[in-house]
Amino acid sequence: MLTFTLRRVLISIPTLLVIAFAIFMLLELAPGDPTAQLPLTIPPEVREQIRQSLGLGEPLPVRFGKWLIQFFWVEPLHIINGIFGTDFAEGAQRVLSWQTRSPVMDIVWQRMPQTLWVVGMSYIVGVAIALPIGIYSAYKQYSVFDQAGTFVSMIGYSVPPFFSGVLVIVIFSVKLGWFPSIYDTTHVVNDWDSFVVQLRQMIMPVMVLALQTTAQISRFMRASMLDNLGQDYVRTARAKGMSERSVVLRHTLRNSMIPVVTVIALGVPGIFGGAIITEQVFKVNGIGQLLITAIQANDLPMVQTLTFIFAILIVLFNLIADVLYGVLDPRIRYD
Amino acid sequence: MLDAQPRPDGRSLVEIRDLRMWFPIRTGLLKRHTGNVKAVDGVSFDIREGETLGLVGESGCGKSTCGRAILRLYEITGGSVKIDGQEIGDAGPNTLRRMRPTMQMVFQDPQASLNPRMTVARIIGEPLDEHTKMSRREKTAKVHDLMDQVGLNRAFADRYPHEFSGGQRQRIGIARALALNPKFIVCDEPIAALDVSIQAQVVNLLEELQAELGLTYLFISHDLSMVRHIATRVAVMYLGKVAELAPREELYGEPLHPYTRALLSAVPEPDPEAMGGSNRTILKGDVPSPSNPPEGCNFCTRCPDVMEVCHRVDPEFRQVRPGRWVACHLFEEGASSPSNRADTESMGDTA
Repeated sequence: MLTFTLRRVLISIPTLLVIAFAIFMLLELAPGDPTAQLPLTIPPEVREQIRQSLGLGEPLPVRFGKWLIQFFWVEPLHIINGIFGTDFAEGAQRVLSWQTRSPVMDIVWQRMPQTLWVVGMSYIVGVAIALPIGIYSAYKQYSVFDQAGTFVSMIGYSVPPFFSGVLVIVIFSVKLGWFPSIYDTTHVVNDWDSFVVQLRQMIMPVMVLALQTTAQISRFMRASMLDNLGQDYVRTARAKGMSERSVVLRHTLRNSMIPVVTVIALGVPGIFGGAIITEQVFKVNGIGQLLITAIQANDLPMVQTLTFIFAILIVLFNLIADVLYGVLDPRIRYD
Repeated sequence: MLDAQPRPDGRSLVEIRDLRMWFPIRTGLLKRHTGNVKAVDGVSFDIREGETLGLVGESGCGKSTCGRAILRLYEITGGSVKIDGQEIGDAGPNTLRRMRPTMQMVFQDPQASLNPRMTVARIIGEPLDEHTKMSRREKTAKVHDLMDQVGLNRAFADRYPHEFSGGQRQRIGIARALALNPKFIVCDEPIAALDVSIQAQVVNLLEELQAELGLTYLFISHDLSMVRHIATRVAVMYLGKVAELAPREELYGEPLHPYTRALLSAVPEPDPEAMGGSNRTILKGDVPSPSNPPEGCNFCTRCPDVMEVCHRVDPEFRQVRPGRWVACHLFEEGASSPSNRADTESMGDTA
């Protein structure tokens, strides 16, 4: 298993380099100008100077090389500085955002908590709802509960968050006035009352996102349970005289969880990627919102860095999913 | 009326009366109940203590369903099953669970019937957790004993099923079935998934265990030669019903039911000289669908000796000679013997 993991980590290095290059070239080839949003009164030669100062005067390979050095060497050293209080790479050029002229990674660290709270919580809530639904739907296949679960999943799959988000705002904020329509990022939780406020502002974005997760995971869980409930070893367990609870939860569920766990693991990078649309709808200034504003402003270092972080997470969680598969299923050996 | 004659050689351990297992067919938009697949349709027989009852028939005739229904692994549609004097046909889940130790099953597919995420020790030992109050050490000792009994190396106790060969897996399945000291074991084609060389080993193991522990088997198989080897009595099923039930030698020597005759004539004869090719009864047509069985006798559409009455009246499963039960109008009082009876009898007893 260890050899397998190490080999996969080594293979992922060239993979990530290719991805980095592809992202860089795509952004380079895309139309757009970082000075486009500056006032029109700025004369063209000043505009050109601004472009030069952003580093756009250098040839393409040089810029790519510099970005690689900044991302893979300078930024990790800064993280180490932050943790241990050392002063490596002091004064070295970091990846700077063109919009704010501040380091991209600093902004990412600022935005990460909001995204992890809202999107991460929605993933946990979604999975927590989906698993029991999936298990029970499969156990009582074609029952009323199963049919209702199928219907809700279909809604979850087919209704996009820009519709369901606005719908819940209209119902619960505008008409009923139960929850605030805007997520206040500056809110500090320090006592019970502020915790309740935080809870109330989180409920709607979390549930809108959780609906999507639930729809997907509960279908997976149901299908996997159905697969396993029909297996001979389940009949064996019943013939042994095991209690129904043990048959379903110990024998069937443990085997059914193998593919579901990997699907859940593969969905985790999406949390860090944020939910671009939902964050926009509820004004959560998380990573998704950061990415979309950076794209609008042609902030190439920001877009490049964010996209590449997502790529790293996806590669990483693919690896984790594979390793989990090997850990959970004794039939799979990677050596 | 259907009580098998209690013989001096044993009392009835299992009594099955009019067992029915129908699977509903639901069709259309609203999944309305439109019919039934009558996989087992009114089966009655007894299994005597210590005997091996062979249950044979072609694919899809309901043998496996019958075996599973007897152990109440299905919710049966009707009928009664008494095991060791206790009625289990309508027992509730908890009563049933407490009775599981008495009756066990060895499954056809040794790979699929073992939980892939459990080690051998857990697979064999799990029933002990559920049904006994043994200490951990006693359980380990018992698991090791069982592994010895079925010829598995104790050192393999912590391995997973996929690390074993087919024959070894079936030994695990047998050890698991034996864990609770059952009296009655349904062997559902336990050798069908195994190589021929391994089949003999497993069958010998089953026979040894029977002699040692006084087990009673219902041995379901489509391998007529193997059943002839292992069974004390043999029941022949066709389309959800038992066509004939007789002691082994008498059934193989002189089959009464036309279906049994056809089935036995299909057994390959290793000696081409002896085969001759003339005694084969070739059945025409296909087995009717169990969702829509023919009126009258189930076998009337393919029977070589079909009579007019067969299309109207379902023959009763009755004892025609001591120990011999047949469901066929040919053997009802007053029915004339068919012309080819003499031929079949002359096929000889080649035991």
